[in-house]
Amino acid sequence: MTDSPNQNEVIFEAKNLQISAIRDDGTELPIVKGVDFKVRRGEVIALIGESGSGKTTISLSALGYCKPGLKFAGGEALLLGKDVSKMSTDELRPSRGINVAYLAQSAAATFNPSIKINEQVTESPVLHGTKTQAEADEKALKLYHALELPDPENIGDRFPHQVSGGQLQRLMAAMALCGEPDLLVLDEPTTALDVTTQIEVLKAFKQVIKEEGAAAIYVTHDLAVVAQIADHIVVLYNGEVKEAGPTDIIINRPQHPYTKRLMNAIKPLPEAGQGESSSDEYLRKDPALEAKDVDAGYGGLDADGTPKFPVLRDINVAIERGKTVGIIGESGCGKSTLARVLAGLLPAASGEVLLHGKTLPPALANRTRDQLQKVQFVYQMADTALNPRQKITDILGRPVEFYLGLKGADKRQRVEELLDMVELPRQFADRYPHELSGGQKQRVNLARALAAEPEVVLCDEVTSALDTIVGANVIELLKRLRRETGVSFVFISHDLSTVSNFADEIVVLYAGRVAEQGSTDKVLSPPYHPYTRLLVSSVPETRIGWLEEAAQTREAKAGVAGAVKLTKKGCPFFERCPLAIPGTCETIDPPQRLDGAGHIIECHREVSELGG
Amino acid sequence: MTSLILKRLGIGLITVLAVSVIIFFGTKILPGDAAQIRMGQQATAENVAALREKLGLDKSYVMQYLTWLGNFVRGDLGISLSSDVPIVNLISDRYQNTLYVSVLTAVIGVPISLMLGIMAAMFPGSLYDRVLTFISVTLVAAPEFFTATLMVLLFVFALGIGTAVVVGSTEGKGVFELISHFALPITTLSFVIASQLIRMSRAAVLNVMSSPYIEMAILKGVPRRRIIFRHALLNAIGPIVNVVALNLAYLVTGVIVVEIYFGYSGLATLIVQGVQTRDFVLVQCLGMIFCLTYVVLMLIADIAAYASNPRLRHPK
Amino acid sequence: MSTTDTPIGAHPDMLGGMPDGDKTDHFVAPYDEGVSFDELPDAPPKARFRLTTTGKIGAFFVIFWFFIAVFGPMLAPYGENDLPFPDAYSEFQVPQAGAWLGTDVQDRDILSRIMYGAGRTIGISVIATLIAYFIGVVLGIGAAVSSPRVDMVMSRINDAFLSLPTIMLGLVVVAAVGSSIPVLIITAGCIYASVVFRLARALGQEIMVMDFVEAAKARGEGRWWIITREIWPNAAMPLITDFGLRLIYIILFVSSLSFLGLGVQPPQADWGSMVRDNLGALQYGASVIPVLAPALAIATLTVGINLVVDDISAQSGGKLSKRL
Ligand SMILES: Nc1ncnc2c1ncn2[C@@H]1O[C@H](COP(=O)(O)OP(=O)(O)OP(=O)(O)O)[C@@H](O)[C@H]1O
Ligand code: SF4
Ligand SMILES: [Mg+2]
Repeated sequence: MTDSPNQNEVIFEAKNLQISAIRDDGTELPIVKGVDFKVRRGEVIALIGESGSGKTTISLSALGYCKPGLKFAGGEALLLGKDVSKMSTDELRPSRGINVAYLAQSAAATFNPSIKINEQVTESPVLHGTKTQAEADEKALKLYHALELPDPENIGDRFPHQVSGGQLQRLMAAMALCGEPDLLVLDEPTTALDVTTQIEVLKAFKQVIKEEGAAAIYVTHDLAVVAQIADHIVVLYNGEVKEAGPTDIIINRPQHPYTKRLMNAIKPLPEAGQGESSSDEYLRKDPALEAKDVDAGYGGLDADGTPKFPVLRDINVAIERGKTVGIIGESGCGKSTLARVLAGLLPAASGEVLLHGKTLPPALANRTRDQLQKVQFVYQMADTALNPRQKITDILGRPVEFYLGLKGADKRQRVEELLDMVELPRQFADRYPHELSGGQKQRVNLARALAAEPEVVLCDEVTSALDTIVGANVIELLKRLRRETGVSFVFISHDLSTVSNFADEIVVLYAGRVAEQGSTDKVLSPPYHPYTRLLVSSVPETRIGWLEEAAQTREAKAGVAGAVKLTKKGCPFFERCPLAIPGTCETIDPPQRLDGAGHIIECHREVSELGG
Repeated sequence: MTSLILKRLGIGLITVLAVSVIIFFGTKILPGDAAQIRMGQQATAENVAALREKLGLDKSYVMQYLTWLGNFVRGDLGISLSSDVPIVNLISDRYQNTLYVSVLTAVIGVPISLMLGIMAAMFPGSLYDRVLTFISVTLVAAPEFFTATLMVLLFVFALGIGTAVVVGSTEGKGVFELISHFALPITTLSFVIASQLIRMSRAAVLNVMSSPYIEMAILKGVPRRRIIFRHALLNAIGPIVNVVALNLAYLVTGVIVVEIYFGYSGLATLIVQGVQTRDFVLVQCLGMIFCLTYVVLMLIADIAAYASNPRLRHPK
Repeated sequence: MSTTDTPIGAHPDMLGGMPDGDKTDHFVAPYDEGVSFDELPDAPPKARFRLTTTGKIGAFFVIFWFFIAVFGPMLAPYGENDLPFPDAYSEFQVPQAGAWLGTDVQDRDILSRIMYGAGRTIGISVIATLIAYFIGVVLGIGAAVSSPRVDMVMSRINDAFLSLPTIMLGLVVVAAVGSSIPVLIITAGCIYASVVFRLARALGQEIMVMDFVEAAKARGEGRWWIITREIWPNAAMPLITDFGLRLIYIILFVSSLSFLGLGVQPPQADWGSMVRDNLGALQYGASVIPVLAPALAIATLTVGINLVVDDISAQSGGKLSKRL
């Protein structure tokens, strides 16, 4: 860092920057088509855009680096006045890690699995001779403290696989900051994290960037995150800048139609009164599909009838005819497992699944064709869910033929109707899946489930793999289909905003147990289960200053996101719960507290204690 | 980790047993029996029957198998059918040649090939890499006797060194004399395993070099040498040991062809003779010895693969 | 840096409008109202598969030898055991008019024997590879779709076979039942079936856990449908590419057995046994051609196949080599 921190000093500037991909046949394909922006000291610039817009490629140019297969095709990338795009690796080496440092999307992949964390964190400044090993160790320790890592004295002695994902992500920040760089390049550093962890990591990043007096380029597709951390925003589309300006203007007064599109695709905040039908008296009169006292897990059953790797415990969920149930919880809490049990893909270890009040055989093989037809499953990744060697017409035609017995022209007509239903052109029938874009494939995936004319459709994270706008379109489609078909949906997501503006009822899962369930309105308004409260307060708002407020109001203890642990008894949320009653909560299964019709909170605290 | 290795050892043991079953009963399909063959066509029925009893051939196959296996484990390899000599003697007369050639090939060929392969991975796409890749793609698919012929052409016909046959005794020779004695078989085999080793070690290192943590090291400004020796090799060592063990196992086959080609006697010539004279007692023994060597090398290859995984080396 | 007043995001010569009327660093690219931004265009289609130069050389040799294998006996100047110079009988005659590659240890025409041998070597190997594929694919995919227990038993047995050096297995079989062309074919086919089994099973398992297979199971499809409609179409391509590799190994195996005198039996011509028969020429320093010619024939064939296979697997993302 320079001695006189000139606030206006330009740290990095891209001038008409162009980057091309080199194809197999030697021709060049422009990826970045003339991009200009500047980063000044103390400033955070966000590059936003959807996948394929060239965000990562542009951000790496600040290090003078192109991924294999890409090359600089023109313009300048000026780091502290020097054009790094025209320098050799040897010329670049002294500035990498010292003038500019990089934080990648997946910390798990960017740490060398065979080297202890501390050596990797301190490597750069020590090798460059800007710090002695002792100085670097001291700096690292300070950073571990600043990043609120557990056991900061010893964490550096561990190997990367010995710490959790969220911790590794913060350790990577320490690795980048250890050399005290002038510029940090952060590539989607929180995308892989759960909301409750993301908020901690964001807070730590923001704090540290400020304290170190560095500048940063922050790459993300999440506008809510951008609003918290960036001073300026550069909106990218297909390798070009569409709009750029101060965060306030881009967020609140976007001008370019693409930016407006992006802003429109932001999901409204989870709040009461958003579900399509928000009746207060939500009664379970006529459930189409129901799980009763279900336990489930993987790895086969032990002698006592419990699974080797238990995942779900005592699950009671009902899906009302024609309604939508959202299932929410953080990664690994058992959402997918629950959906798989309901679909029969994973037989429950104990308990039962009922269709119209009649018990379903646990294993698929024993269910009748009729029973199979009634419950359909939609996979998260359309890429693997559609057979790459079948045409769309075969993919959709098979369930039509199999369940409804339609053949020949009737079948073809039904396939075309299904394509209409999911708003795809009819001529797509003769294409193969790889000839479709991600969003289109997801629509085919949905259409296949609908082709069976089911009563319940189970959707597992159907929008998570899609870009913001594409995902928003799929949600719109789902809403329309629900209105038009009267099918019940189970909608699984880790994203509370997505669930809340689509579901009639919400089930909150934590570590394989239902923490709270009830109508969307009830669940999203007090009284809350302590975990629901944490979730609701963690959903980032696209509002400048939200992060600081949230960080202040949140209970400190709840923030330390450990790995979700399954427990054999008691409340699994005990370790993170600010209201926990030691001696009771971790030993006795929490009772079901009823708060009006159908709203159940599983907690040792009284409903009155959970309000407010 | 330990439990994984124990499990793998257990599987290895089962494999060895399965191998012994295959080899024993494989040769049992042969019409005629050992006693008849040893006594010759003129033997009387009583003499044959007596010998059958002495050799235990009147017992059930299972008993015969167990006896054979027990004897094998104790080092009692039985008596050759075609020459009436204890097999131990046959083997001890000839095993040195086979051993010398394979060990010397391993000691000379492996390090050189690994160096070449790793260097190719350090400069992917360079002229050096492309030439080396082309040569190894060519040699890897060529039969051993083609490579051997090329060696003879080069050494004997072009350079006028030595002859196309390996003759003379190895008695009292030092390492360097042995190397020059077996120069042709050793170079042939080295080329044969080199083509595999270069390809596979290059792939192993390239695989590591294309991982995100190497990219990160580049972006941290870590010098090239340190990237290779500290970041990449540490993770590539397991796969490389695996590759080496697999290729040494492959030497078992190569050695047979090379011995016949250069006409010196070793275990391989012995087993081929055994097959030609239908001396299945001999084939059983030598088959077991070759297969055991092979199984042990495969075992080492697998254990190397486990050991290279840091998650197994440093559990949580 | 003195150009700090240039608006962020804007290159001086591509400035868009300055909306909002204020002096902020706000840049907006020119746009058409009508353009929608629903989805980014897909990546352009991948370049078509093309053989490289080395691949073309390889393909030339493969086609050449398969041609000879089929038409060799018709085109050969002599029969495989005919003597071109019955009057001037002498082993290892040098190449000359009437015997372009000279004569062998029994004064037979080497060129003709190579042309006859082509059919035998290639024929045996191709049939053996087909057998290996048939057995290996049927059992391998069968194991992949069977219950875990059946699968485990089958794989364990297969592993035992795989852990033997192939040439040893060949030797044991020949020791037991003697050598003939049918024995060679069946032995090679069965031995290499275990390699194909492993590949087919791995592929099958890889595909079995794909969501689309699970979707078919959840639909209630029978096992036959799943094998023929879901698994097979996806396994076929990688298996076909692997066929070339397997063919190489079987050619080498068969030739090695013949070279050891345990494969194709005299007086029938076969490339491996030709090398063995004529080794004397080399050892007495008489000539290299009788040994080199058949060895070179095998090498050009196998190397040719390998060059083609290498090209294909390199262009399919090198996935194949990872599976092996
Ligand atoms: N096949 C399996 N074998 C063993 N454990 C599994 C298996 N599949 C999932 N698990 C474990 O079960 C737990 C719950 O997994 P599940 O996929 O249901 O979570 P999820 O809530 O859907 O998470 P995500 O949001 O990441 O998709 C996790 O701890 C996971 O590691
Ligand atoms: S049961 Fe106890 S630990 Fe669990 S949420 Fe309620 S108060 Fe917290
Ligand atoms: Mg999931």
